Amino acid sequence: MAQATATLRVYRGDRETGQAIDYQVPLTPGMVVLDAIHSIEAHQSPDLAVRWNCKAAKCGSCSAEVNGRPRLMCKTRMDSLPLDQPITVFPMKAFPVIKDLVTDVSWNYEVNKKITPFRPRPNVEWKMDQADVDRVQEFRKCIECFLCQNVCHVLREHDMKKEFGGPRFFVRSAALEMHPLDGADRAALLKDQLGIGYCNITKCCTEVCPEEIHITDNAIIPLKERVVDQFYDPLTMIVRKIFGSQ
Amino acid sequence: MTPASRYETHEHDVLIIGAGGAGLRAAIEALEQGARVAVVCKSLLGKAHTVMAEGGMAAAMANVDKADNWRIHFRDTMNGGKRLNNWRMAQLHAQESPDRVRELEQWGALFDRTADGEILQRAFGGHTFKRLCHVGDRTGLEMIRTLQDRGVEMGFDVFMECTVTRLLKDGDRVAGAFAYWRNSGDFVVFKAKAVVIATGGIGKSWKITSNSWECTGDGMALAYDAGAELLDMEFVQFHPTGMVWPPGVTGVLVTEAVRGEGGILRNNNGDRFMEKYDPKRLELSTRDVVARAIYTEVKEGRGSPHGGAFLDISHKPAEYVKRKLPSMYHQFKELADVDITRGPMEVGPTCHYVMGGIRVDAETGQSSAPGLFAAGEVAAGLHGANRLGGNSLSDLLVFGRRAGLAAAHYAQKQSWPSMEDAQVDLAARRALAPFACGGGENPYAVHHDLQEVMQNLVGIFRTDEDLRRALVALDHLKQRAKRVSAQGSRVFNPGWHLCFDLDAMLTLSEACTRAALARKESRGAHSRIDFPKTEDGWGRKNQVIVKKGDAMDLFEVPRPPLPDELEQILAEDK
Repeated sequence: MAQATATLRVYRGDRETGQAIDYQVPLTPGMVVLDAIHSIEAHQSPDLAVRWNCKAAKCGSCSAEVNGRPRLMCKTRMDSLPLDQPITVFPMKAFPVIKDLVTDVSWNYEVNKKITPFRPRPNVEWKMDQADVDRVQEFRKCIECFLCQNVCHVLREHDMKKEFGGPRFFVRSAALEMHPLDGADRAALLKDQLGIGYCNITKCCTEVCPEEIHITDNAIIPLKERVVDQFYDPLTMIVRKIFGSQ
Repeated sequence: MTPASRYETHEHDVLIIGAGGAGLRAAIEALEQGARVAVVCKSLLGKAHTVMAEGGMAAAMANVDKADNWRIHFRDTMNGGKRLNNWRMAQLHAQESPDRVRELEQWGALFDRTADGEILQRAFGGHTFKRLCHVGDRTGLEMIRTLQDRGVEMGFDVFMECTVTRLLKDGDRVAGAFAYWRNSGDFVVFKAKAVVIATGGIGKSWKITSNSWECTGDGMALAYDAGAELLDMEFVQFHPTGMVWPPGVTGVLVTEAVRGEGGILRNNNGDRFMEKYDPKRLELSTRDVVARAIYTEVKEGRGSPHGGAFLDISHKPAEYVKRKLPSMYHQFKELADVDITRGPMEVGPTCHYVMGGIRVDAETGQSSAPGLFAAGEVAAGLHGANRLGGNSLSDLLVFGRRAGLAAAHYAQKQSWPSMEDAQVDLAARRALAPFACGGGENPYAVHHDLQEVMQNLVGIFRTDEDLRRALVALDHLKQRAKRVSAQGSRVFNPGWHLCFDLDAMLTLSEACTRAALARKESRGAHSRIDFPKTEDGWGRKNQVIVKKGDAMDLFEVPRPPLPDELEQILAEDK
């Protein structure tokens, strides 16, 4: 190993105030940023707040911004970063800080409650082809790390948490809408309550997804098409004008 | 003002501690019965250790192997557990698992499919037939998300990032819990007519472990302190295949599905060494056998460069490997610079699961403490001396449901509990003690030393001498743990949290060590170098641990004899 230690510049603070503090951490082979944070906790600052669980990119707890890039800390190798300068580790920007690297993500759980859950069609036979299941399984890989929510400019820059659901919940909606046996219709929900129209498909969410879900192409765009078909199709609009809306 | 009103207080019919598979399934069933249900969990909802379960859930659906049925699943489970299992739990589990899987599908879970559209099942160690319903290698995530969505829809009250530090009692009856919000450090009191513990395992006391920070045995310690009996605590499963390199990921699980899909184990001579240890079942032998085999190969100098064995799946087509084992592919590629479609992984045993736990009634999950129920890894009995892979997820569903059902029925018959203020006061004082202990021990240092003790002295192979040394060391660590100090504020403070966790880990480590010392034979996951044989006499009894004053009392109980029809099933071993 070329270098014995690295400097981590970690945000320490709460809702009101905070500052970045430098820590020297001894490097070990294959070390990830979360290992370095744990080393700080064990040897320098036991009250450093961080969320983590599985340490294997399966639970989506340890989301943070490493050198300005939203990542899972358990998946970010130290040797992939320039170690000749301090590595900055900051909390996700789109959510209020509770303490240090821990943010208040409770809003996400509130949005989730709005979504019509799985509604199997009446009297379905519980058989499905793998080919039909494949595309939904892509969405079911989501580990709810909320990195997509964190980078989405509708939330990050414009803070439209009242009007907009965010990529994570378009992914969940897509999983339900495309479930081979689901019978519910979520187009009105997507349009009115989750504000899918605000997404202008910049694909920032897709870029940061640690599960490599094609959020924009495979979830959001097909959902937008469903909303357009149902609410903005010119023919349907004329029919509606004439016969009144249903 | 009384303490009960000084702190935020919530009242529910059923309080569930833990939001993994068992806790969520219990909550759903209690809601189904019309109970008002609270779920309290230390992490965010959906992050519990169940998400780490990879390979699948065992259920004799007979979708792939038509000859499978509950009797054979029952027999496999009993044989895997070296017949020390609670036979009634093994029977209920084998009979009810298929319904629990189908139910999950009806709530939206999407399993991998067979060619004719049924739920696909894969082979796993110790299972006679292809029996594990799965979703690639992320079955636990599918399960927890499905249960989470179902529970949210049905309307449970979730208290996330809220840690229970003590159970509260009304006389002998468990009637609530004292907890604190991690986000603020503020205390909260839960009053309930029935309490279900579903907090998982104890693996965090070992240095090399697949378990997350949450698996500290806190639920078992809560139950033990409240007077409940613990059973079979000597049986700790070391999963044969954890990562061994690099150091930061040592112990992280490598799913048994790698072997289920055809993975082969080799030593540094290129020998397929399982031919020597279990020529019939090879890599798909039970976990206790495979873990000992790898350990022995390494100890005798035939290990891989980083002290493990080679596990190779690269003879399968790359696309197949990526499809069936996607998270293994990414895990090795990103964390260990190994492409598993092109070369072998290095793997070694990692502390994974505890077969022992809270002693419960098979039908209801009720513990020996009135009002207290338990389900999932925290409860004992189903798995005996060794758990089969895939039997854990189905355990969570079958016995989570039963505990939720029984707790809701129990609650219907109870009046609202009353609690003395003194126990709430005491719980609050204890919780804050680490802040008053300025300049004391660093909890991380004590935890580090505990992990060394358990790893080195209470591991895969045990001896009388090592276990006695462990007890002395644990005693010393307990003294140090009394002086641990917390720094900083009460807001989201991991060091403070670790102070409580240490108490639980030390209690459970002692229980495990005492039970291991007393069981003078080798059986399943418990291997004594000084008593290498499996003794019939020991096969007829379980060991129970209960709190007597401040001391741990250990005694033997006879294992109930099997009814004739179940004996018959075991005798039909082919």
